Order: sequence, then C-alpha cells, then structure tokens
Amino acid sequence: MARILIPTPLRQFANKQDTVEVTGKTVGEALTDLTAKFPDLKKNLYNDEGKLRSFVNVYLNDEDIRYMNKEASPVADSDTISIVPSIAGGSAQADGRCAR
Amino acid sequence: MAEVTLSKDEILRYSRHLIMPEVGMDGQLKLKKARVLLVGAGGLGAPLGMYLAAAGIGKIGLVDFDVVDFTNLQRQIIHGTSDVGKRKIESAFEKMADINPYVELVGHETALSSDNAMEIFKDYDIIVDGTDNFPTRYLVNDACVLLKKPNVYGSIFRFEGQATVFASEGGPCYRCLYPEPPPPGLVPSCAEGGVLGILPGVIGLIQATETVKLILGIGSPLVGRLMLYDALNMKFRELKLRKNPECPVCGDHPTVTKLIDYVQFCGVPHQEGPAEAVAASGDIEPKEVKARLDRGDKFQFIDVREPHEFQICRIPGTTLIPLGELPKRVGELNPDVELIAHCKSGVRSGKAVDFLKQAGFKNARNMKGGILAWSDKVDPSVPKY
Repeated sequence: MARILIPTPLRQFANKQDTVEVTGKTVGEALTDLTAKFPDLKKNLYNDEGKLRSFVNVYLNDEDIRYMNKEASPVADSDTISIVPSIAGGSAQADGRCAR
Repeated sequence: MAEVTLSKDEILRYSRHLIMPEVGMDGQLKLKKARVLLVGAGGLGAPLGMYLAAAGIGKIGLVDFDVVDFTNLQRQIIHGTSDVGKRKIESAFEKMADINPYVELVGHETALSSDNAMEIFKDYDIIVDGTDNFPTRYLVNDACVLLKKPNVYGSIFRFEGQATVFASEGGPCYRCLYPEPPPPGLVPSCAEGGVLGILPGVIGLIQATETVKLILGIGSPLVGRLMLYDALNMKFRELKLRKNPECPVCGDHPTVTKLIDYVQFCGVPHQEGPAEAVAASGDIEPKEVKARLDRGDKFQFIDVREPHEFQICRIPGTTLIPLGELPKRVGELNPDVELIAHCKSGVRSGKAVDFLKQAGFKNARNMKGGILAWSDKVDPSVPKY
C-alpha cells in the first residue's frame, strides 16, 4: 500500500492523521481511496467539476504529477504521495484575517 | 559608485567571514555592496533582519506599516516587550542598528501595492518575501518576475514551513507552483491556525541563508526545489519545482505583463474586517446579550470555538459545540428556542448561524465581534488571545 502525507491544514478532515495508507494503481485511484475514507477531504481537494483544485499540488515522491501522467501516474507500494497546499503565513496572528 | 572597502573596525567585525576562503574579502565586499529588501517585519522578517544585518549586507530595506503588539512577542524576536506600541520599522531598525551600525537601513512604511511595488523594488537586488497573505505573495512574485529579481520565499503554518527561491533566471516562479490562490474560506483561517513561535525562526533563517548564498554566488541555491519542514516530526523534505511553460507571468506567452489588482485576484473583499465580513441581519451586540442574561431571558447560548480555545477563556453559561461538530450535534439544540452563537471574533459563529438557519433554526443569531468584543465591551476580565 502506498502512503499519502496529509498536510497540517487538511488533517482536521482526515481524523487528525498525518499519514494515510491507501490502495490504488494510480495517483487518481489512491486519492479516490483517500476521499472514500475521509469524505470531508473531497471538497478541499476537488472542485465542483471533480478536478483537482489548482492551489493543491500533488507529488508522487519528489515529482509534481502535473509533469508526469497527472492522476494517471502509476503508483507502487513503496511510493509516497504528498499533498502540498499553498500556505500564506508569515506570522499568523489575527482572527479571520491575517494581519501582519 | 565609489569603490567599496572595509574599514579596520569592519575587518575585525567580519573576521570569521574573512578567514573562510568561500567568503573572504571579495565575498564580504559583495555583501556590503548588496541591497536586500525585506517585505514584512513579522515572524519571518525578525530573524532575517537580525542575521542579514549581522552578516554585513550593505543596504537593507524593510516594508511594513504595522505596530508591535503583545501577540507578536511569542515569535518576532526582533521586537521586545518595551517596543509594544512602537512602529515595527522603528523597533526593528533600533535592534538592527545596534547589531551592526555599518548597515544602511531604509524604511518603506506603507502597504505594498501594485502602485508602489515596482518603484520600491527597483532599488534592490534581492527581494525576501516574509508576508502573510495571498494578495501580497502574488504581488511580490509578479513584481520580481517583471523586474527579473530573485524572490526568496518562505511561509509557515502551525508546525510546517515551506521555503524556496523563485524567479531566479531560468527557475520557476510562485505562479508556476500555484497558478491561483485558494478561494477565501476554503483554507483554515488564522483563528484556527496559529504558529509555533520557533517555526518562523527556522524558515526565516533558511531564507537568510539563501539570500547570502545568492549574493556570494556559492553553493547550490534553493532554485527549482521546494523545501518542506515539519517541526513536529523534525523532517525536511525536498520536492522538485519546474518552470511551467504555460505560466501566465513567466511562461512562454505571458498574459500578465504588468501588476494587477491582487486583492481582487485573490477574491478577498476590500477592507475586510473580521466582524464586518459577516455583518448581517440577526447580529446581536455583546452588551445586549449581557442584558438578556441579566434579565434571565431564556435562550440557547453556544460557543463554536475549539476546546483548546474554551480552555483559554469562556463566557459563563455557554455550551461548547465546535463549528466542525455542529452538523453532528445539532440534535442537542432546540430549533424553537432562540439561539445565540459566538466564537473568537464572529466569523466562525457567522458560519454556524448560516448553517443553523438552513437547519430550521429561525431564531439563530450571531454575537457580533465574538469573545474579543465581549472582553472589550462587557467584561474586561476575560483575557484576549
């Protein structure tokens, strides 16, 4: 089983886990398995058309899947998939709004 | 420019650099000739400003318009307790000038915008991004690409940080990595965020290291590589970053050829304030809630913050139901009895009220300004955080 690393902002939707073991022969299947386990992750990873959101990057080991076969990229059991969302913080502080 | 040299005092000061062949006199003079702009004097800017001043960078500019407050001191080590209330630029420059009086310090006390970014950036060789919001991040990126200046990037969230060098000749830019920002609301707000005070030190010093390496031209720069740091598991990971030929700003056929309205691009309402963002009919003032409690009015009073926030402070008589648990626990509440919800500042409780109204709670109201406003207007003994 490959593993998916869950970034801090999304752990609240994955039962607070930082790593999830998944099945699937491709990155797409692995992510489908992940969202089946944790349905709350779905809207954070995919838009209404079912496409991966543009501010969420997915890496297979150290390579961006956009430069591989995207979600069809094949996955081996020893592989690590990383979800890397954009974060803006330089000094997170205020409530609701990020003041410096 | 007149020839740059080191005085006898400077030679003594930089002796541990001068005796390393990788820096030496040539390298120290490169540092002295260098002009570096720090955007933000916050968590990342604090260690950056101190170490870059100590290293002997000739000119350091700082963009910031904020004032030091108590919540900054947990991580912004360039400011001290006696600086609370001072302008951050003033406080930072006092510390930096004390560390190294040979550095020229230039303050830009303004909000960086599309109108002033090019003018401010043009006098510097390297831009270091220590901001905390998406509009400024995209603005800094685009201005750096347009001016062909390297952008030394760092960002932090809770226990995790990211760092890389963008827009260096041939390398990818921020938009190659993330073409678009997340829509507001989908990313956990700062209220649910927080940050380990030490984390910006680690990430800020990766940025400072890369800045010095770029100036000296030594080592392999963090270009085309995204460094991820996980403080909890103490792990560094490195991902490959590629230049996107279709990038709207640095690709083969750029569509962004001048600075745009980044606030609009990021979908952030102009001049958003925490309370105003959700100001809607049905809001109730903290004073009115207090008056009702004193009168003994019957209503359900719920606190939708997280349990660890409830431990910091609470309003007596409230029931804790964190926003994320509300859908599961809505059965504990009576839709026929009036309900007032509060959180820290009014944003999350606004969402709670929206959800409850859809669930049939016609008399659900949001306490305006949250427990912060309660502390200001009703009970100052309630600590703010």
